Amino acid sequence: MDIRIRKLSKRYGSVNALNAIDLDIASGELLALLGPSGSGKTTLLRAIAGLEPIDGGRILFGDIDATELSVQERRVGFVFQHYALFKHMSVLDNITFGLRVRKRKFRPAREEIRRRGEELLKLVQLGGLEARYPNQLSGGQRQRVALARALAIEPRVLLLDEPFGALDAKVRKDLRVWLRQLHDDTGYTTIFVTHDQEEALELADRVVVLNAGSIEQVDVPEAIVRRPATRFVAEFIGQGVVDGADRSPRSVLARVSPCVRTG
Amino acid sequence: MHGAVCVNARAYRSVTTESTFVRRLLIGFAGAFLIVFLLLPLIVVFAQAFARGIGAYLAALTDADSIAAIVLTLKVAAIAVLLNTAFGVAAAWVVAKFEFRGKNVLISLIDLPFSVSPVISGMVFVLIFGAQTWLGGWLIDHGVRIVFAQTGLILATVFVTFPFVARELIPLMQAQGSDEEYAALSLGASGWQTFWHVTLPNIRWGLLYGILLCNARAMGEFGAVSVVSGKIRGASNTLPLHVEALYEDNMMVAAFAVASLLALLSLLTLAMKAFLEWRHGDEIAALQGGR
Repeated sequence: MDIRIRKLSKRYGSVNALNAIDLDIASGELLALLGPSGSGKTTLLRAIAGLEPIDGGRILFGDIDATELSVQERRVGFVFQHYALFKHMSVLDNITFGLRVRKRKFRPAREEIRRRGEELLKLVQLGGLEARYPNQLSGGQRQRVALARALAIEPRVLLLDEPFGALDAKVRKDLRVWLRQLHDDTGYTTIFVTHDQEEALELADRVVVLNAGSIEQVDVPEAIVRRPATRFVAEFIGQGVVDGADRSPRSVLARVSPCVRTG
Repeated sequence: MHGAVCVNARAYRSVTTESTFVRRLLIGFAGAFLIVFLLLPLIVVFAQAFARGIGAYLAALTDADSIAAIVLTLKVAAIAVLLNTAFGVAAAWVVAKFEFRGKNVLISLIDLPFSVSPVISGMVFVLIFGAQTWLGGWLIDHGVRIVFAQTGLILATVFVTFPFVARELIPLMQAQGSDEEYAALSLGASGWQTFWHVTLPNIRWGLLYGILLCNARAMGEFGAVSVVSGKIRGASNTLPLHVEALYEDNMMVAAFAVASLLALLSLLTLAMKAFLEWRHGDEIAALQGGR
């Protein structure tokens, strides 16, 4: 489902958390919201989900005006940074929660719910772990359970808040490749928030660079690196050089697209 | 320093512990304190209660006034615990999950009964609902008696015990945050489903702990209820008031027999509390660490 955001505004006291944001997201796209902390990226994500009340503007899911819809009515799959799995429920019960709380009219039969849960577990490569509890899983496994739980409701859009933030470097890289694969297989419109330039550039179809509640640039990764629209984007993307040669724009770009000019 | 180099058969003394003498002194002092202030009184209560044998003990407990006091105490405690559980969960929910102006004032108000003398709490109800006041007079004209009646006892007990549940839950719910609730909402759950399937299971042991403390205090409360009760035997005397009445009548065995009931209740509460701490220590620790 395509998503259109028009003049979206949010204030915290005198601070503009979101400054009349305009953004179009194509159906089936994998989009990264990139920016430093305090740039408004998480606020934007939560506003799309309906978890954050907004002060102005509209959010459209296809032809539906989602602005007035409640969190429940928006049917978004939200994966929280720390996963927010239900600690007292088994993995299967976590995943099927969204189906089990439906009104009787719309609720699938018990066996059907179980079958769908097991199917999703296989999809996230956790088959056989349905009886485990969240505290018996590793960080990467929890993340995939959270993803399966969000997918269970067949969301209009998948929203991920710092999906790899709480994982160690090795798991993070593996999951990144896996998430890209999953996205290509399932085709859900996906938006994820990150402060990690490399992650955004490597994973996303397009990257939105945010700063102080405003969009600095929206473009494909190559263009963000090669033609930064503002000084802020150039500096923020270029920060990788300071951290270490491995994360310099050029080496990142080399991985994104093998045929890039190195001159 | 040379001790560290020289290897001998003696075990190294830990650098973080006191000398044997100091340790024994401290442990001995703490032990003696516990015996004098906690164990001895308990023994005295039971010794006095059984001073004239088990027959006299049972007779004191099955006396009509005693039975009435037991029934009234159970009734008052049950209502107070029920109301304060509902109130405590609601208050903790509001404080932990929402940001609003005057939140600190609300938290202070919840703590108020802890800082006000119970006698004053009782007085307040007499001053509001007593026969000589406008509101009290109007209520009595319409057949509602509050002061010197069971309603007053319930009101006073509710007031005195209302911080317990809220106080246990606020730090626990604050520590848990709201992400699980948000997750449930985003998955389509209604507010009530979210509370029932997500919030309540997460706080259940802390809630039980709070209810236990609330119940113990509700049954043992003396000051506030003694002011509003009017102490009509068999009608508006709770167990603690009944103990006092018997004691003033110099009926020692009966007084201590009834007191032993209250002591047993405390021991039962203590045992359940210990069990909860042993079985669900993590959650209780989380809740106590937040204070």
